[in-house]
Amino acid sequence: MAARHKSVETKYYEGRDRVLRALRNCDRRTFLKLSAAALGAVMAKGLTPPHTFQLVDVANAGVDKEWSGTGAAGAAPFRFAYISDAHLYERTLNQRFVRAIVKAVDDVNALDPQPDFVLYGGDLAQLGSPQQLEMGKQILSNLKAPVKMMVGEHDWFLDLGEKWQELFGAPTYSFDWKGVHVVVLQSVYEKDFWTARRLTPQERMQTVAGLDNPIQSRFEVGEKQRGWLKNDLAKVPHATPLLIFSHSPLYKYYRPWNFWTEDADEVQAILRPFHKVTVIHGHTHQMLFNQIGNISFYGMLSTAWPWPYAPEGLPPLTVQMNRADPFDQFDGCGDGQFSARADGLIDTIYNLWDRNPVNVRADYLVSRGRVDRPPAPQFASY
Amino acid sequence: MPKSRILLIAAAACIAGAAGARYFPSRTVAPVAYAQSIPAHTLPSPTSGGVVIELCDGVTHTEVKGLKPGEPMSREEALAVTGRLMAEWRRKHPGVPWQMAENDQPSAMAAASGAAKSAASPASPPKLQQGDTYASFHERDYKIWKAQTDAFVAYGDQVFHSAKLLGSTIGVSCDMCHPNAANTHPETYPKYQEQLQRVALLRDMIDWCIENPVRGATLQPNDPRMRALEAYILAQRRGVPLDYGKH
Repeated sequence: MAARHKSVETKYYEGRDRVLRALRNCDRRTFLKLSAAALGAVMAKGLTPPHTFQLVDVANAGVDKEWSGTGAAGAAPFRFAYISDAHLYERTLNQRFVRAIVKAVDDVNALDPQPDFVLYGGDLAQLGSPQQLEMGKQILSNLKAPVKMMVGEHDWFLDLGEKWQELFGAPTYSFDWKGVHVVVLQSVYEKDFWTARRLTPQERMQTVAGLDNPIQSRFEVGEKQRGWLKNDLAKVPHATPLLIFSHSPLYKYYRPWNFWTEDADEVQAILRPFHKVTVIHGHTHQMLFNQIGNISFYGMLSTAWPWPYAPEGLPPLTVQMNRADPFDQFDGCGDGQFSARADGLIDTIYNLWDRNPVNVRADYLVSRGRVDRPPAPQFASY
Repeated sequence: MPKSRILLIAAAACIAGAAGARYFPSRTVAPVAYAQSIPAHTLPSPTSGGVVIELCDGVTHTEVKGLKPGEPMSREEALAVTGRLMAEWRRKHPGVPWQMAENDQPSAMAAASGAAKSAASPASPPKLQQGDTYASFHERDYKIWKAQTDAFVAYGDQVFHSAKLLGSTIGVSCDMCHPNAANTHPETYPKYQEQLQRVALLRDMIDWCIENPVRGATLQPNDPRMRALEAYILAQRRGVPLDYGKH
């Protein structure tokens, strides 16, 4: 049975192997024939990346008109793209995740006009090794737009952030962009669970890399960084729109999988005085959005694999994405864009590969679901 | 007492015994710490060149003279053999009814054995006894069974989370897409799997995942890893109603 019904990826590998075998021993004419055949095969299977964004361009055209209507005084509208949760292994071990992040880079480079910047949402590496992080940096260096980096737990727990910081600098920082104050947090600190258990750095990393591994601690921003955040925001007027990037959701969704930040309530309290706050996070690998008080939350898609929705705690405003097709490596994965509007709210486009993009407007969240509800999935979770 | 059913069960045990001298045909299972071997009754050797057939109490047996191993018996012959075995069992257990687990009168045996010893006091609560084939179980038995089952599930947990045990060539394990076996929905199988264009069992999907996204080699149906994976996945869905064919 399995021999007849292969995944898209298995078929791709087999086709590639056939071509490579034939190439080892062939003359010029055969070579030309083969390369034409290979190109045809690749096109037929829909593996050429950039066309995935054509649909989004059309979707944007419609949205742009609406945005121009919300010309309230304040922040200048701008757009940024994201790529998140690539979970790279070494290229020699696993090419699937490499292909996926390269596809995302192609997507973003194909955007016209280019976004102001690209947010990388964390978990560049799968097991935090220098080779994985360096390869990730090299792939992201192909982006035309400037990149803002965020760290994830898979990047951190082999050497507690040493290599990542050497490559990308401090994991906590802030900057102002066209009237919006942007803060990037390191939200995946964990209390020491490894010393008492005498875990090696590799074992510590492997433990954190297991989403359902109960041995590890829960994510937290930590008291020190919360102090930094308070201090950083002290000079920002409350009317200035805030944009917070954190790898884990800054609220409590599902504790067993660390879809969770232990001190989320304390962080939210720091953000509460501000009128318009948007938190954008990675880690959950799914279409996910939430509204708590004045704070809108958006989860980013992964390029590597989708996570199932947790058995409980899903924010009621979240409209689930369709169940992913295991036969298609890219289904349920993707990248996306955020648009900061003149009124300081943030809209998003989930660019789900091999599906129609899903547009989620901030109006849906701030109206608590009364307007602009995104389309319901045909197949929700079991 | 459902006599005909008992005879059929006894006959089935006898035919299995004639074929392989144990309850189930032997299977080739890779030796792994958690492999569950099926216990077998050891039969005495035939003394007159026939085939020894045993009752499922694991004790009572008889030899069918002139029958060669692997040779089928006619229904009449088989019934005669099972009749002999049951008669022998009754001779050894006078006054005790042969009682199956599904029998809805569990007190019969206790009442009967009580009557054999002394006059039973009608006020004393009847003991739940099922005859000497199905021994009475104690708390300790349940603890042992639970420990065995949990160890089996724990091994499945280990395989589920290990790219190495799964034989992945690309470092991918089941939990990377299915934390706590989420979204494996074993309760929906068998069902028509449209991508496969046929009805699939849970294990078909496990095998498919091992071959494609995990990029390993498919497992033999009785590979201890496959059995343990099924055990782990099912154990995560306790309490979810079975709903085969669900999409």
